[in-house]
Amino acid sequence: MLRLDGVSKIYRVGAFGGRELRAVSGVSFDVNPGEVVSLIGESGSGKSTLGRMVLRLTPASEGTITFDGTDVSAIRSRKAYYRQVQGVFQDPFSCYNPVFKADRVFAMIKQEYFPEMGRAEWRDRVESSLDGVRLDPGQVLGKYPHQLSGGQLQRMLIARALMLDIRLLVADEIISMLDASTRIDVLNLLGDLRARGLGILFVTHDLSLGNYVSDRTVVLRRGRIAEMGPTDRVFGNPLHPYTRTLLDSVPRLHTKWADEEPAAGQTPCPFHDRAPDTPVRSDLAEAEKEHYVACAGSGACPAAKETA
Amino acid sequence: MTAEPPESVAESVAESAAVTAAGSAAVVTVRAPRREALYFALRNGKLVAGLVVVLVFLLAALLVPLTIDYGPNDYVGPAASAPSGEYWFGTTTFGQDVFAQFAYGLRATFLVGLLGGGLAAVIGMAVGFTAGYRGGLVDEILNMITNIVLVLPALVVLLIVNAYLGVRSVGVQALFIGLTSWPWAARAIRAQTFSLRSRDFVDLARLSGVRTPKIIVREIAPNMSSYLFMTFILLFGGSILIAASLDFIGLGPTQGVSLGLMLNNAARWSALHLGMWWWFIPPGAGITAIVGALYVMNVGLDEVFNPKLREM
Ligand SMILES: Nc1ncnc2c1ncn2[C@@H]1O[C@H](COP(=O)(O)OP(=O)(O)O)[C@@H](O)[C@H]1O
Ligand SMILES: [Mg+2]
Repeated sequence: MLRLDGVSKIYRVGAFGGRELRAVSGVSFDVNPGEVVSLIGESGSGKSTLGRMVLRLTPASEGTITFDGTDVSAIRSRKAYYRQVQGVFQDPFSCYNPVFKADRVFAMIKQEYFPEMGRAEWRDRVESSLDGVRLDPGQVLGKYPHQLSGGQLQRMLIARALMLDIRLLVADEIISMLDASTRIDVLNLLGDLRARGLGILFVTHDLSLGNYVSDRTVVLRRGRIAEMGPTDRVFGNPLHPYTRTLLDSVPRLHTKWADEEPAAGQTPCPFHDRAPDTPVRSDLAEAEKEHYVACAGSGACPAAKETA
Repeated sequence: MTAEPPESVAESVAESAAVTAAGSAAVVTVRAPRREALYFALRNGKLVAGLVVVLVFLLAALLVPLTIDYGPNDYVGPAASAPSGEYWFGTTTFGQDVFAQFAYGLRATFLVGLLGGGLAAVIGMAVGFTAGYRGGLVDEILNMITNIVLVLPALVVLLIVNAYLGVRSVGVQALFIGLTSWPWAARAIRAQTFSLRSRDFVDLARLSGVRTPKIIVREIAPNMSSYLFMTFILLFGGSILIAASLDFIGLGPTQGVSLGLMLNNAARWSALHLGMWWWFIPPGAGITAIVGALYVMNVGLDEVFNPKLREM
C-alpha cells in the first residue's frame, strides 16, 4: 500500500543555507494493509521527517513515496490523499490553535469533507469517535486547549484522524504524552485499527512499545536503516550493533545489570562479515528471511573505514 | 515621513503571544482569552484616553458638518475676524468660517487615514502573509520588492507623481499613500507568519484538507490579530501625517478642504505675521491630537496584549 523507495531528505542549514544536513538517507520499506510497522530510533534519527514526508507535509529530496502505486507527490488533490492517509503528531499541545476551542479540529474535518452532513448526525459521529478513544465528549467538547491535558488532546487528535475513513495512519510518538492507564487503551485501539485493515506507521523511540504493537520493525540510525524485519526476528536476533545497544539500554526486570553479557567481541559488522551467499538489496544484506541489516558503520566495521 | 515603529514591536508581540499561551496554560484560567483582553483594555488608561480623543474627533467629523448649512469654502462672514459667539474659530482673510473648515477638514483627515492606512494594511498583509507562508523564491522576490519600496523616498515619489498627474482628490492621495507606506508592515507580518507557519496546528489544518489562503486567514491571522490591529493603527496615523504634509506643501486635494490644506492656506496668506492664530492653531492642534492619540492608543494596546508590560 505505502512504499518508500530510496527516500532521502536534505535540509539546507547554516547562515545562508550553505550546509547540507541529511536527515534521512536512502530509506526503503513498505507498509501493507492491516500491518503495524514501527519506526524506531533515538531522537534526531529522522523519524518525524520520514513521517512528514509520507504525509506530504514536506517533499522528499530523493527517492519516491508511492501509495497504491501512485507517487504521492504527483497526486494533485491533497484532499483526496488525506481522506485516506492521516497523521497524529508528537506534541499535542502545539497541534491546537491556542486562539480557538479544541474541538475545532473536528470542525475543520466537517467543513472540508462533510459540508452537507447535518449537525446532529455529525455530533453523533464525533461523540462515537471520542468514545472510541475513551474520552467523555462532555468533558472535552467546547473547551480551550489549555483547559485539557496532553493525554486528552492527544486522544482527540487520534479521534479526529479516525473521523475519515482512512487506510494509513502515521502515528508519531503518540504514546509518550499519555499516562500509563491510557497508554494501554491507545495501544489496544491501534490493535483494533489493524484488525480493521488499516496500515499503521508507528514512530517511537521506545523499544518495548515497538515490540508490543508492531508486525515489522524498522530501526533507523542517523537517517539510515540499520536493521529491519519482522519484529520477532529483529528483537529476538538483533544483528546490528546499534540495535543491540538499544536493546541493552532497556532495563529488564528479571536480569541484573551485572548478568548482561558484554556486547564486545561479537561479530562487529553484520553486513561485511556475512555469509558469502547472502542476498544484498542496495546497502542492506538479507541475513535471514526478510531480516535486513546494514553495515555497522565506521566505528565498528573495518570495511566501512576503508571506503570512507 | 512614514511612521516607523521600532523593530522590537514585532518581537515583543511574538513573545507576548508565547508568554500568554504559556501563562494561561499553566494557570488554566476559565476565562476566554478575548474577554481577558477586553478586561485589561478597559482598565488601561492610555488606551481608553487615546480612544476617547479619537472618538470625539471622529464624532465631530461625522456630525458637525450636518449642522452647518454652508460649505467650508463659502465666503460667509466678515474677513479676518477673531473667534466670536457666531464664528467659534473665527474667519479667514476671505471671510470663510474656520470652524466649518475644521469640521470638514476632519472628515478628509479620517478618510485619508482610513483609505490610505487601509490600503497599506491590505498590501502589507498580502505581501507579508504570502512571503512568510510560502518562503523560498516567492519570499525572495517579495522581499526584493518590499526593500525597493522601502528605500524609495516616498515623499519625493508622491511629490513627483502628484505634480505630474495633477489629480488631487482625497481618494487619489490615499491611493498614493497606501501604495508607498506598506513595506514595514509587510516585513513585520512576514516575520510573524514565518514563525507561526512551522507550528503543528498549521500542519494539522493542511492534513484536514484546508487550502493555503484559508489557512492564512483562519489559522495564522487570528494568532496575530492584536498585532494586525496595532499595525493598522500605526498605518492610519502615518497616513494622516503624510497627507497633512502633502497638503501643507500645496499638493493636497484641489477641491474640498483638509486640515493640512488649512495650514497651507494659513501659511500662504501670512496668518502668522498677521497674528491670525485662530486660522492655524485648530488644524495644527487637530492633527497633533489625532495622531498623538493614535500612538498613545498603540502603546496602550501593546500593554494590553503583552502581559509583561501590564502595570500591576
Ligand atoms: N525543518 C528542518 N530544518 C532543518 N533541519 C531539520 C528540520 N526538521 C528536522 N531537522 C533535522 O533533521 C534531523 C531529524 O529530525 P527528526 O526527523 O525530527 O528526528 P526524530 O523525529 O527522529 O527525533 C534532526 O537533526 C533535525 O535537527
Ligand atoms: Mg520526532
